[in-house]
Amino acid sequence: MTTYLEAIREAMWEEMEADPDVFLMGEDVGRYGGAFRMTEGFLEKFGPSRVIDTPITESAIVGAAIGCSQLGLKPICEMQFMDFVSSAFNMIVNFAAKVRYRTGRGAGIVIRGPCGAGSRAGPFHSQNVESYFANVPGLKLVAPATVRDAKGLLKAAVRDPDPVLYLEHKFLYRRLKEDLTGFGDQEDVPLGTGRIHRPGSDLTIVAYGSMVHTVAAASEALSAEDGAEAEIIDLRTLQPLDFSIVEASVRRTNRLLVAHEAPVFGGFGGELIAQVTQRCFEWLDAPPVRVAALDTPVPYAASLEDAHLPGSQDVLGAARKLMAY
Amino acid sequence: MSDIDVIMPQMGESIAEGTLTRWVRKLGEPIERDDDLFEISTDKVDAEIPSPITGVLTEILVQEGETVEVNTVVARMRAGNAAPADGPAGPDAPDDAPAETAAPEPAATTAAPAPDASADTRPESREGRLKVRSTPLVRKIAAEHGVDIALVTGTGSAGRVTRADIMRYIETGDAFDSAGEASEETLPATVASDQDEAGGKVPAKVAAGAAIAAPAPAFAPTPAPASAPAQKGPRIVVGPDDRVEDMSRVRLRTMQHMVMSKAVSAHVTSVSEVDFERVVNLRAKMKPSFAERGVKLTYGPFVYRAVVEALKQYPILNASVRGTQMVYRGNINLGIAVAINNGSELIVPVIKKADRLSLMGLAQEANELAEKARGKSLGFADIEGGTFTITNVGVFGNLFGTPIINQPQVAILGTGAIEKRPVVVQDSLGADAIAIRHRAYFGLSYDHRVVDGAMAAFFLNAITDYLEDFPDETG
Repeated sequence: MTTYLEAIREAMWEEMEADPDVFLMGEDVGRYGGAFRMTEGFLEKFGPSRVIDTPITESAIVGAAIGCSQLGLKPICEMQFMDFVSSAFNMIVNFAAKVRYRTGRGAGIVIRGPCGAGSRAGPFHSQNVESYFANVPGLKLVAPATVRDAKGLLKAAVRDPDPVLYLEHKFLYRRLKEDLTGFGDQEDVPLGTGRIHRPGSDLTIVAYGSMVHTVAAASEALSAEDGAEAEIIDLRTLQPLDFSIVEASVRRTNRLLVAHEAPVFGGFGGELIAQVTQRCFEWLDAPPVRVAALDTPVPYAASLEDAHLPGSQDVLGAARKLMAY
Repeated sequence: MSDIDVIMPQMGESIAEGTLTRWVRKLGEPIERDDDLFEISTDKVDAEIPSPITGVLTEILVQEGETVEVNTVVARMRAGNAAPADGPAGPDAPDDAPAETAAPEPAATTAAPAPDASADTRPESREGRLKVRSTPLVRKIAAEHGVDIALVTGTGSAGRVTRADIMRYIETGDAFDSAGEASEETLPATVASDQDEAGGKVPAKVAAGAAIAAPAPAFAPTPAPASAPAQKGPRIVVGPDDRVEDMSRVRLRTMQHMVMSKAVSAHVTSVSEVDFERVVNLRAKMKPSFAERGVKLTYGPFVYRAVVEALKQYPILNASVRGTQMVYRGNINLGIAVAINNGSELIVPVIKKADRLSLMGLAQEANELAEKARGKSLGFADIEGGTFTITNVGVFGNLFGTPIINQPQVAILGTGAIEKRPVVVQDSLGADAIAIRHRAYFGLSYDHRVVDGAMAAFFLNAITDYLEDFPDETG
């Protein structure tokens, strides 16, 4: 069985083995093997010129990576926690995202690292950052929910000619296991394609990352207790967005719930619902609903963190209201 | 007293908009219920629209010559014989909500303790009710099926009409109860007034004077899901290479009608072979004289003539089933199925009182209707009232078909291709010989509830005999 963390590790390992231009940069990724032991053994295998320990300065990591990309290299930048990607915000938004538009040559870099809450890690080590970047044309955003996708999407991201933010959910790192035997070398998952995680006919639930599992638990309860079958769409990629899979599902079910772990205000759910409302207005039998975190920083106290985060009970309650509308 | 919205009616399934050609009445003029109020023109029908109530026209919102979507409010009326526009509410205005008019603030007149949500003070208007009690999806379904949402009981929160509610209504209520008439005869109410909810909708009147009854409120939503489980199709998964398109209104109506007909009638098809030799010769002989009078003579009128004669002989085929009664139709109105839009849609214009027409009359009438069908200028009067339908599957080269009955009729004739076939005949000495003859298969689908195989055979034989021995006619 392969864990979500191992899948990411394998993807990097295989891509670095296959392509000498791929290399890794980040804080403690070399000698220490990564804060989550993700890159243990990489330094020994690939050597110090391809596994580079950097100073604690995210801006320099991404900036150096953009420069390397312009010379034909394919850097993978690890953010020790995605919360700190904001330190590299200027490099990402003003350089990585824009360079193709300015010069015709894209910045083929991957910026990856752990996101998300649920591990009692407090306000600086628990955030979800997708919405900061969703508003920046030129960036691709990936948020895998399964072991298989974690591997396949990362391989696709490394091969992509443009900057990709690859958002891992740290809660899934060692909790999610899947049998990946038979996963071919070249078997990447194309960016921009969603996936039906659970088929259903009564309402559509759109999610990504770890929320896919939260809404799946709620959907089983909804099915068992209410007899309503939710169809779960796992977006996998937020940018580019596979809207067609969402649209097709909403046309079948006529009801939409969007769930994400980031706070509700200004979150990705708002964008998705706006698009659905505009394109599928006449197919809606109820107003679309968002289930997301409260508009507060992620609290440190366990009880408060639980209250802050959208749980399966919250999804279940919202789904019931939606069904009863 | 509240104002009533007068809307652009829907005059046929595929009609999305209409042009208001003339206001028959003027602002402030007293009008009796059912008096002509305005005239419209759509791509299928021209019609006079009657007033939904007795009252006065208080506001004209759509001017002559303007084209607007179906259900657009074209005017407002006030009930009674009161003065127009600013007539204050009488004491007898019970719970009428102020309508959305440009008239002086009506709220001031009846200062009843107003509910705080000011936006919701007009739940009784059609607009208000739609907004309060339905969703975009339900409104879309209602428009496609010509259902008045007000007649559907909502089971959603606050009595909202959900998709399940309206689908149940369409699948049970919109179909035919045991004594009911076909839905073709119960087209949706076209001029809807909210005034009259208790007594049912005001019937709309159409150009030719054909009354269209509104869906009887008696149908209303007896939620009987257990007794009538909806027939659901298979789950359709749309793949990435597939294309999804909405059906046209004509298509939707056809879809419902076909499934309904199959559910209502016990379909059986019998086929017989007709020798066309006599008709082929006759046609060749008569063609020039018809052409002189500007009429193209096809085989169609010969068939119509034969069918008319057979229907006269066997009136059970020119009838409808009404619960446990038979309704024998006084006239023979022949529906002629015509494929339009490159075969993607079907329309059935009707030759009225075909039993009173000569071959020439039938030919003229059929040509005119076909012309109109292709030019999309059929009026409602041209497509209603059929008592028996003929569909020519041979025109596309098919040998025979097993058509579906056009409800509420009891039979439909499908005529196959006329082609030369070797047949065994007797020569003048009484010996068998093989001859080349024009022949065609005629398939008759009939409702076995009321027509048995023997009767169908008699009927088909009557047609065959008439065609094979077609009388000389001068046209």
